[in-house]
Amino acid sequence: MKHTISVLVENEFGVLARVSGLFSGRGFNIESLSVAPTNEPDTSRMTIVTRGDDRILEQISKQLNKLISTIKVVDFTDEEYVARELALIKVTAESDSRAEVLRVVDIFRAKVVDVTPRSYTVEMTGAPAKIDAVIELLTPMGIKEVVRSGPVVIGRGSKGVAG
Amino acid sequence: MTEEAALKLTGSQILLESLRLEGVEKVFGYPGGAVINIYDDLYDSPINHILTRHEQAAVHAADGYARTTGEVGVVIATSGPGGTNTVTGIATAYMDSIPLVIITGQVPTALIGNDAFQEADMCGITRPCTKHNFLVQNLKDLPRMIKEAFYIARTGRPGPVLIDLPKDIQVASMKFSYPDKVNMRGYKPTIGGNERQIGKAAQMILKAKRPVFYVGGGACLADVSPELLEISELLQVPVTTTLMAMSAFPSVHPLALGMLGMHGTYFANMSVTECDLLVAIGARFDDRVTGRIDAFASRAKIIQFDIDPTSIHKNVRVDLPVVGDLKNVLTSLRQQLREKPQEVAELVERTADWRANIEGWKTKHPMGYKPSDTIIKPQYVIERISDLTADDAIITTEVGQHQMWTAQFFKFNQPRTFLTSGGLGTMGYGLPAALGAQVAFPDRQVIDISGDGSFQMNSQELATLVQYRLPVKIAILNNNFLGMVRQWQQLFFDKRYSETCMELPIDFVKLAEAYGATGLRTDKVDEVDSVIQRALEIDGPVLMEFKVCREENVMPMVPAGKGIHEMVLAS
Ligand SMILES: Cc1ncc(C[n+]2csc(CCOP(=O)(O)OP(=O)(O)O)c2C)c(N)n1
Repeated sequence: MKHTISVLVENEFGVLARVSGLFSGRGFNIESLSVAPTNEPDTSRMTIVTRGDDRILEQISKQLNKLISTIKVVDFTDEEYVARELALIKVTAESDSRAEVLRVVDIFRAKVVDVTPRSYTVEMTGAPAKIDAVIELLTPMGIKEVVRSGPVVIGRGSKGVAG
Repeated sequence: MTEEAALKLTGSQILLESLRLEGVEKVFGYPGGAVINIYDDLYDSPINHILTRHEQAAVHAADGYARTTGEVGVVIATSGPGGTNTVTGIATAYMDSIPLVIITGQVPTALIGNDAFQEADMCGITRPCTKHNFLVQNLKDLPRMIKEAFYIARTGRPGPVLIDLPKDIQVASMKFSYPDKVNMRGYKPTIGGNERQIGKAAQMILKAKRPVFYVGGGACLADVSPELLEISELLQVPVTTTLMAMSAFPSVHPLALGMLGMHGTYFANMSVTECDLLVAIGARFDDRVTGRIDAFASRAKIIQFDIDPTSIHKNVRVDLPVVGDLKNVLTSLRQQLREKPQEVAELVERTADWRANIEGWKTKHPMGYKPSDTIIKPQYVIERISDLTADDAIITTEVGQHQMWTAQFFKFNQPRTFLTSGGLGTMGYGLPAALGAQVAFPDRQVIDISGDGSFQMNSQELATLVQYRLPVKIAILNNNFLGMVRQWQQLFFDKRYSETCMELPIDFVKLAEAYGATGLRTDKVDEVDSVIQRALEIDGPVLMEFKVCREENVMPMVPAGKGIHEMVLAS
C-alpha cells in the first residue's frame, strides 16, 4: 500500500544521503521524495512516498526515527491531509492540436508557461491524481517531457507538525 | 605571544583535550599525512597511544577494549587508505552495537571532492555502518561534535561514530571550551521502560507454563547479568543465550541451556520450540538464531525487552514489546516480581514439569563430542583451556568452527569475558580484540582461540603484542582448512573442497618467534595440558599451535531453511 511520510530533519551536511541511503540499504522503495528547508533555516522537510505492507512501513518509520538527524516522522496515510504536486509538461502543439491542449489546460486550471510554434509547456499544480489525469489527456497529443516534483503534504486543521 | 593567542588551541589540540575531558586514557591508531598534526600533539599528551600494525586491527582493538570495559573505544587513522582500512572494524562494531569513536584525518576542506591524494569520502563510506558520523567543516563545531559523538556512541543502543577531520581544521586555532551538555533535537533514546508494560510482562511471565528466557548481546551491553541471574533463579526459568551473550549467564548454572540457533544445543532449541512464553532480553531474532522463522517459538507468546524500537517486530511479531534500557527494565521487573511471592511460588511449582522435561532433553542429547586418545579433538583443547584458565579470563575468538566450539564448550562464569564477532562474523577479529582487552586489563589472562585461516588475517598484530608487552595467549586450532566452509562443502556440496584446504603448511612457531613472541606446538593429546600451562606461565605473548583432527564438524547443526528443532545431531 502507498504511504506518504513527512520527515522533519536537521538541515545539515549529508542528511539527504542518510535518508536515501537508509531506503536503498534496507531495500525500501521510494516512489518520490521532495525536500526543502522549512521556515526555520536549520530544519528541512522531506516528503516521501513509499510502498510496503504494515511491517515494512513500521520499519520505515522506526528506522527514519532512529537516524540522529531526524526530528520527527509522520505517516500521513491514515490522517487528514492536503497533498499537492507540481508538474511541468512539454506537449506537442501543432496547428491541429493546439486548441485541444488549451482546452485540457483550461479544464484543469493549469497554465501554459512557455510557447513555441510546435509545443506548449504546461504547468499544473494539484493532487497527484489530478496530474495523472492531465497527463493521460495530453498523451494523445504527444508528450515530449514530463517533470514532476513529487507531492508535498501538510496536515489539515490548525495543528502543525513541528519538532 | 599575546594573552589572547595563548588561550587559543589548534584543532588537533582541541581534539586531544576533548578526548581527555571525555575520560579517554588509551587510543588505538596508525599515523599518516592527514593526521600528522594530531600525532605531533600526541607526542606530549597524557593520552596513551597504541600503535597497531593495521588500521582494521586498531578498530578491533578499541572494540575489545570497549567490550571488556564498557567504555567508549577510540581510534585514530589517517585519510584515504587509513580510513578505508578501518571500515571492516567499524562494520563489525556496528553489527554488535559496540561504542566506538573513530577519528579519521581528511584532506583539507578546499580539496574535498577533488580526488586529492589520499582522499576517500569516509562519511559516505561509513554511513551505513556507523550509528552516526560527522564531517567537521568548521573548527567551531569540533568540540560539540566530539561531545555528541561520545554521547551517541555510548547511549541508547550503542554503536560506532566516526568523525572525519580535515587537515586545515586540525591546524586552525580558536579559543576552546568544551560543552557540558548535548542538545540534539533528533536523538533522545528511550531509557525508562514503560511501567505498565513491565507490569504486563510480569503478569504474562507469572502465568506461563513453559517459559524460557532468550538472552542476547544487549544484556552484556547493559550489564544486567546480576539482575538476570536473580530473576531467573527467583522464577526458576531456564535461560538460553545467543553467541553474543554467552558470558552474560554462567554456563554451568542448572538453569543454563547454552546457546540456541544454528549450532545451539539440542535442549536449547527444543525448549524454544516447545515453550509457551519466550522472553527476549536484548536479543534481536537474528536468522542464525531463528532458523526458519515460522517454526521459531511457534507455540509461544513473545515478550521482547529492547532499547531499540527498530528491533521490535523486525523479524518476528512480538506480543508484548517493552522499549527501554535493560538495566531499568529488569530492575523494575525484579521489583514487581518480588512483591508477588505467592504467584512466584505458584509459577515455580507449575513449571516443575517443564524443567523436568528439559532435563530429559539434556540427558537424551547432552552437548558433547567423540573423544580421542590418538588425535587432538579441537573441542578438547577448548575444554582444557576452559578448565586451566582463571574465572575472569577473557576469551576472544576469530570466526569459524573454533568460534562455535568455544561457544559450545567453554564454561563462562563472568560477564564481559567472551568477545566474538557475532553479527558480521569477521575473521581476523580475535587477535586484535584480545590485544585491546589486554590493554584494558593488563593483569588478567586474555586468550584468543583461533583457526589457522582467521589467524592469518591479522597475524601482524603479534608485533604489537610484543612491542607493548601484552601477554596475550593465542591458541590456534590448526586443521589446515577453512574449517567452517569445508564443513558446509562436506555436508551440502558432496565434499568438493573448493579452495578451503590451506595447501601451504605454516610454521606458526617460527612465525611467533620471528616477532619475538614464544611459539609452542603439539599434536599429542597428552601434551595439551602442559602446553596450555606453560603458555599461561610465560610472562609474554605466546602462540600455541594445536594440530587438531582435520575433518571434525560442529554439531548439532540446523541446515539452512529448517526450523531449529530439525537439527542434525552428532553421528
Ligand atoms: C573476513 C572473512 N572472510 C571470509 C569469511 C567466511 N568464513 C567463515 S568461517 C571461514 C573459515 C574460517 O577458517 P579458520 O579460521 O581456519 O577456522 P575454522 O573454521 O577452521 O575453525 C570463512 C572463510 C569470514 N567469516 N570472514
